[in-house]
Amino acid sequence: MDLITIAFYFFSALTIVFGAVVVFTKNIMHAAFSLLFAFFGIAGLYVLLSADFLAITQIMIYIGGILVLIIFGVMLTTRITGVDVKTGKIGKIQIGIAGLLTVLIAATLIMIFSTSKWYLADSKPLDSTVNEIGTALLTNYLLAFEAASMLLLIAIVGAAFIARKKH
Amino acid sequence: MNETLYYSLVIAGVLITLLTIAAGNIYIERRLLSVWQDRLGPNRVGPFGLLQVVADIIKIFTKEDWIPRFADRVVFVLAPAIILITILITFAIIPFSPDIVVADLNIGLLFFLGLSSLGAYSLVLGGWASNNKYSLLGAMRGAAQMLSYEVFMGLSLMGVVMMTGSFSMVDIVEAQKNVWFVIPQFAGFVIFLIAGLAESHRIPFDIPESESELIAGFHSEYSGMKFGMFFVGEYLAITLISALVTTLFFGGWLGPDFLPPLAWFTIKVFAFIAFIILLRAALPRPRYDQLLGFGWKILLPLSLINILVTGAILLSK
Repeated sequence: MDLITIAFYFFSALTIVFGAVVVFTKNIMHAAFSLLFAFFGIAGLYVLLSADFLAITQIMIYIGGILVLIIFGVMLTTRITGVDVKTGKIGKIQIGIAGLLTVLIAATLIMIFSTSKWYLADSKPLDSTVNEIGTALLTNYLLAFEAASMLLLIAIVGAAFIARKKH
Repeated sequence: MNETLYYSLVIAGVLITLLTIAAGNIYIERRLLSVWQDRLGPNRVGPFGLLQVVADIIKIFTKEDWIPRFADRVVFVLAPAIILITILITFAIIPFSPDIVVADLNIGLLFFLGLSSLGAYSLVLGGWASNNKYSLLGAMRGAAQMLSYEVFMGLSLMGVVMMTGSFSMVDIVEAQKNVWFVIPQFAGFVIFLIAGLAESHRIPFDIPESESELIAGFHSEYSGMKFGMFFVGEYLAITLISALVTTLFFGGWLGPDFLPPLAWFTIKVFAFIAFIILLRAALPRPRYDQLLGFGWKILLPLSLINILVTGAILLSK
């Protein structure tokens, strides 16, 4: 096994193990904390795919932004208001439906995995993808780019409006 | 020389030098602060009091390392390590001289921004795991402060990136051969310095700690070497900010030929460390809402205007 294969299994294991902790832990703060390592594993997988920009964006946005906000929210609710936020118990019907869906999705994935042909790309030396992504976003995919930025702007204005309403 | 051996030496050298500088900073800060406050500072242990740091290190290593019974053990232990590790990793992208750089990444600058956002976890998780109201308040202030100032920090650097056309730190230094970026990017430099101070939560922006109101904030419950890690992390953070300001705005290792590149880099970095210590001696702590208001209402528009103007000038060329 070469170094890249070892790294692949390491990052995959990291993602899956901590993803499992997120799902199964009772303590919601521990779930948020484990999500940090799961995101890290995914960033590592992006690096192995020669997607350096995507990897660092994953860290900046998901770990540096969104997850901090989640932890912030959980912290505010549990410790200050004294409400104990735990993942609740689920009923039998929910477990049945969830189990059925899980089996369905898993079966589909396994079927796709075993029937499709997997082509191995030649591993190229790691080249910076920043230039290409920037050019692509501002030429061929300009409409999608602008639409996404409009969506974010609307979200910001909406959030500010909701936050100000009480005063 | 064998390439692997060379890189191993560089990595080991950078690591040892950094930890020494972090310890040395404590001495420098105490002596400089005393000068500015008209007193002597530590001057008894060893020549000029130089061994005071050694004595402090021995003391902090042998202190009782107490974990409160009401704390969340795992998170409590992990939190101080996070800040130390992220800052040490970030030094990998700093070019100390043309030959001494651990990793010249294509996305070097983004790598720094990504890792600096991780520093917030150390505060938040440390404060939360302590299970103490004051620590929690400190942690929340820290999270809000670091999340906000991360934004301006990233935006203030985009002018430099646009002028260089690359995220690589070595390219950025080499693009400053004719003129240091501090002149065309002065606004970027000021915003970056302020944001950097806020990110490393130094006085005047030590609002997560503010001992007079929050009793040391997020690290009230920490003792022994875990507290030491927060402490060393802070000194490494000011070294990192100084090194980054030097690299991005003051030409890194560039300088007249009579001194080697490494010497120029070191001189510039220590000048900024001294400047940051002077700020601590000179400025009072702003109120919490003042800090965030200043960020969002002044620094954010300024950095956006900076990007716009830089872009317009680059396009018209």
